[in-house]
Amino acid sequence: MRKLLFAAAALLALAAPAAAEDKLKVGFIYVGPIGDFGWSYQHEQGRLAMMKALGDKVDSTYLEKVPEGPDAERAIEQLARSGHKLIFTTSFGFMDATVKVAKKYPNLMFEHATGYKREKNLATYSGRFYEGRYIQGVIAAKMSKSGVMGYIASVPIPEVISGINATMIGAQTVNPNIKVKIIWVGEWFNPGKEADAAKALIDQGADVIMQHTDSAAAVETAAKRGIPAFGQDSDMIKFGPKTQLTAIIDNWGPYYTERAKLALDGKWTSTDTWGGLGSKMVVMAPYTNMPDDVKNLAEDTEAQIASGKLHPFKCPVVAQDGSTVECKGGTHLDDGQILGMNYYVKGVDDKVPGK
Amino acid sequence: MRLVLEPRAERSTAAAIASPLIAVGLTLLVMSILFGFLGKDPLNALAVYFLQPLTDSYSLQEMVVKATPLVMIGIGLALCYLANVWNIGAEGQFVIGAVAGSYLAVKTQGTDAGTWVLPAMLVLGALGGALYALIPAICRVRFGASEILVSLMLVYVADLVLDYLVRGPWRDPHGYNFPTTADFDPVATVPSIIEGSRLHIGALMALVVVAAAWTVLGRTIKGFEIRVVGAAPKAARFAGFDADRLVLFTFAVSGALAGLAGIIEVAGPVGHLQPGISPGYGFTAIIVAFLGRLNPIGILIAGLFLALTFIGGEQAQISLKVPLDLTKVFQGILLFFVLACDSLILYRVRLIRTRKAADAVA
Repeated sequence: MRKLLFAAAALLALAAPAAAEDKLKVGFIYVGPIGDFGWSYQHEQGRLAMMKALGDKVDSTYLEKVPEGPDAERAIEQLARSGHKLIFTTSFGFMDATVKVAKKYPNLMFEHATGYKREKNLATYSGRFYEGRYIQGVIAAKMSKSGVMGYIASVPIPEVISGINATMIGAQTVNPNIKVKIIWVGEWFNPGKEADAAKALIDQGADVIMQHTDSAAAVETAAKRGIPAFGQDSDMIKFGPKTQLTAIIDNWGPYYTERAKLALDGKWTSTDTWGGLGSKMVVMAPYTNMPDDVKNLAEDTEAQIASGKLHPFKCPVVAQDGSTVECKGGTHLDDGQILGMNYYVKGVDDKVPGK
Repeated sequence: MRLVLEPRAERSTAAAIASPLIAVGLTLLVMSILFGFLGKDPLNALAVYFLQPLTDSYSLQEMVVKATPLVMIGIGLALCYLANVWNIGAEGQFVIGAVAGSYLAVKTQGTDAGTWVLPAMLVLGALGGALYALIPAICRVRFGASEILVSLMLVYVADLVLDYLVRGPWRDPHGYNFPTTADFDPVATVPSIIEGSRLHIGALMALVVVAAAWTVLGRTIKGFEIRVVGAAPKAARFAGFDADRLVLFTFAVSGALAGLAGIIEVAGPVGHLQPGISPGYGFTAIIVAFLGRLNPIGILIAGLFLALTFIGGEQAQISLKVPLDLTKVFQGILLFFVLACDSLILYRVRLIRTRKAADAVA
């Protein structure tokens, strides 16, 4: 009976509004575990950076490993109902769930990563990861002796396909006959499959490995064979200290801090942000384990892309079948074309799955 | 002194009822200790976990939404398991049901199709699930293949079929090539019971299924046949019951229920077809079926209870900031204790004094 009373008291305490309600409560929904050292890990780093920057003005909560199905809507709504005013949902598969909850809670602010549906209170944001991929292509073509790059791909959505294309276009500026072998893992996070794919690619003659999956397994596997590789989402240098060339780092901290600040000041509006090397939402890890001339070329390429001088998809872009892609952005493909890309460029010897 | 398990002369009804309760009690105890180690007040934590979701109507509704597919699938599985038929592939039947029903939704998209769409989708969903479940059943009856393996492997086939469709022919043409169909039209959507809530009429259908299963199992010859074939196959043969036909029957019924759950989930809470429509409902339902003692009413309670652990787990993550893994640990511990306590039904625990100990006491 006493226990029951205790429990009831605990419940009452919970039901009472917490003191210091002035703090902005920020919620995060992650698709993977925060320990994946990849996508979700980087969002968690972004959250921590925001907490550090804004100190006691904000309070934050995260839900990890939320499945991209009907459960997502409930998870988001749980955050909405527990006093979170600004909610970030950090995977494409949360799009419709976020839209539904945002419509239901018009006074809260929502932000969805990598999607394209917006509302008055739902902003979107993503990184121009293809910019980093172009640089990787340049480096890979320089480093490869066999002329074959190994590419571990996740799910055939436009972001991944445009990444393959940007890599190929970058590599072709160095070696017009470069080849790429692609293995589709079909998942974002499956260290076992990713490692197997890396092994298979190396066995098939690829002598530089790149990946669009979320774990460090590929870098680790390549390191064991002494094969150079690129990290993904986070700096994976500790998994391949002698073999990682660079990594595309998703740098969400500044964005999260800025958006939370706007929310605190009452100036938050629904926007569409697609940040790249220029705005530092995409950052390259230090260029390591490569000769100086390659390093200089990589740094130069990075500077040119960041300043806008060079666009990875500058026209003319030639598709796999030899046709020239319509140039909607003047001198380069426009954002809509990149966001909806579902064809390979010339030189990629593979078929887009499901097409 | 030592503990021994002694076979009982017959199943203990008291133990059958007490066993899940003891299991839940032991689970709560272990969880309290775990919370203590994590530096959280165990009572407060358990209150957040198990009582808070029961105190507001939103969480209650969400609980029912989550429990609906679990109960529906669990009932079908119970029919199989009672007949000693092992359908492990409800997850695949769920997916194929969702796909079969969605066919109509995709094909009638944007047309002025009438209100017949949703009922027809539900029928197609159930039919799809049933036909898919008949594959392992026929393999067993005709070729003596293990229905456990065949039904399990067909889960992966189903997932790939779904994957193919949403990435290929059924992909939303305005969806930037992302793998999902367009949102279903209102006539192809399962209506809510309460405006603005996710609670949909599928929950009522689950209740009907529970009542129907309870009647069939308790009041009809078919129910008797299922029990006899499961408990005493030889006696069943003497009684003229056809075991093969029962395999086909139970698989078809459980497949139909899983398929129905699938199309309801897709046309209800999800609203379109996409990969990953089930976070493992077909497998979790196996736990639900056994936790509910293969009894329809028990399964209803077990489904709600498991749903509670999901909702409570989320609330614990939010308000106590404990990791998600704790929810998983919790479900694992629960299943472990349920299975362990089950031995109490067929065995009794006795304390036996060894001679040495007895001498020492003397």
